[in-house]
Amino acid sequence: MTVQGMEDGAELLSLVDISVHYDAVVALDSVSLGVRKGEMVAVMGPNGAGKSTVLKAVMGLAPVVEGEVFWRQMPLEAATHEIVKQGISFVPQGRRVFTHLTVEENLEMGCLYLKDRAEKVRRLDSVMELFPILHEKRGDLASQMSGGQQQMLALGRGLMAAPEVLLLDEPTLGLAPIIVSEVFQKVAEISDRLSTTILVVEHNIKGVLDIVDKAYVLDKGRVVHSGTPQSIRETDILTQVFLGS
Amino acid sequence: MRIILKPIVNSLNFIRTPRDLWRAWRGNIQLWANLFVIGWAVVFMLWQGAGFAVTVGTVFAIWAMLAVSLNLVVGFTGLLSVGHIGFFGIGAYSMAVLSSNPEYEQLRTEALTTFAWPFFAALPVCVLLSGVVALAVGVVFNRFRDDIYVLVSFGFAIIAFNVFLNARSLTRGAFGIHEIARPQIGGWTLNGELQFLLFVLAILAVVMLIAWIIVTSSFGRVLTAIREDEDAIEVFGYQATQYKLAIWVISAMIAGLAGGLFASWTSFIDPFSFILLESILLVSIVILGGLATIWGSLLGAMAFVLLEEGMRFLPFLPAEYIGQARQVVLGILLVLLMLFRPQGLVGKYKL
Repeated sequence: MTVQGMEDGAELLSLVDISVHYDAVVALDSVSLGVRKGEMVAVMGPNGAGKSTVLKAVMGLAPVVEGEVFWRQMPLEAATHEIVKQGISFVPQGRRVFTHLTVEENLEMGCLYLKDRAEKVRRLDSVMELFPILHEKRGDLASQMSGGQQQMLALGRGLMAAPEVLLLDEPTLGLAPIIVSEVFQKVAEISDRLSTTILVVEHNIKGVLDIVDKAYVLDKGRVVHSGTPQSIRETDILTQVFLGS
Repeated sequence: MRIILKPIVNSLNFIRTPRDLWRAWRGNIQLWANLFVIGWAVVFMLWQGAGFAVTVGTVFAIWAMLAVSLNLVVGFTGLLSVGHIGFFGIGAYSMAVLSSNPEYEQLRTEALTTFAWPFFAALPVCVLLSGVVALAVGVVFNRFRDDIYVLVSFGFAIIAFNVFLNARSLTRGAFGIHEIARPQIGGWTLNGELQFLLFVLAILAVVMLIAWIIVTSSFGRVLTAIREDEDAIEVFGYQATQYKLAIWVISAMIAGLAGGLFASWTSFIDPFSFILLESILLVSIVILGGLATIWGSLLGAMAFVLLEEGMRFLPFLPAEYIGQARQVVLGILLVLLMLFRPQGLVGKYKL
């Protein structure tokens, strides 16, 4: 499948020489990375490496001082609230579901800008098919769900925009190990079944390397390594980055 | 009513004895809060007679309208504004200036511009002017959040009061404005207190309906989302600032409407009805009743008015201390509420 006007293999979403400064703190220093259509790519690194800032830079939530984000080979200049309408959906860190809304209402928040009711219902059905737990609890308040279920809800809400690219910020943060593997499984399923392109920021290296096609390793705001999971496992780059050489 | 009837309906199949009924009701604080306030109102009316109940009812209806409008902003959207009384004042002064009797005003010391408009011509202006001021103020307020938001709304209440007090050619300052028109339908003027009460109650019902439509719509859902996580909703494709501005203006327009009704009802206003303290009392009513519940605002206003009026009849309290005493009692009540029931009488959220 090719996006119109795009060659096969070209990057759907890419960051070119992006630098982000929070006042005096350099969060990202000339970072370049990209995702091809249908790929699942991970951004890994220790705390403070700037992983989440990569996604925030795409969403226009971080002060980019240099470089550019390209979406379908064109500079992405839309304001934050317009980006989702272009096909990029962001699932923020810490789930951030609306605890006083029901599961169904939370899902609808993912595409409330849509005017087409039938399309909304269709998307709701397909998301609930993918996440049976959301169907089961559709009338419950999100606050009554467990952390893992809330993460599924956050993923589902992200998918309601029917995105081409899904940006996942630490989807397994603060979840029990058994739930973590469930979430990874679900993310892999999204990638397979919906052929959604996924850019995932993760601290859980072992789990994420099992499901992605490619990974970038970040340290102190710079890309220190990139390649297939296999190539990363073969080097000792992760030991260096996480434990210090 | 739903709060009272639901536990009964839910438990019909196992209620056989009064003891079962007690068990079903025992833990339901919302139900007791409703029964207590409504029961109190009924006792009060029976005790004081119809005439007094009509006056208290009108005060209640106006406070309730204000509380519902403020709850849209404070409860549903999570913007703690303590400047709401300013819009109430704008509405009241619009009504006063536009509809007061010029012949009467000629007799007084300072000349005042009056227009002698009928009530129903002036009322839309009360609403629109409040809305326009809210729009201008709201654009600036949108830049702030949380604590700073409280502070700037505080500033707005003070500025509004000072304008009412000092723009003397328009408001006659501390002298106030007299002879404000009562509503006229055809050749029939609503001079009677009961007629006015029914009129205000009808408008309150419309306001509640509008509020209900807002909070149950998708617009209302975005407001709830703003309260919970303003940053997150930008990501989902909404501009929080636009929604905040919209609900702020709608809320101010309702407050302006309440102001117009208030001015017409008392037929005399001066700036001291619109001091910051009244704004704080209004926020207290909203918290007392419960955040993000329309019914709660009604209940809060009713409890507040009953408390205020009821204290007049305390035998040991000299009349001149009633004003201060009601503030002390309300203060203590709020502290107790924050300690033991921070979500208010029938609310779902804590401040």
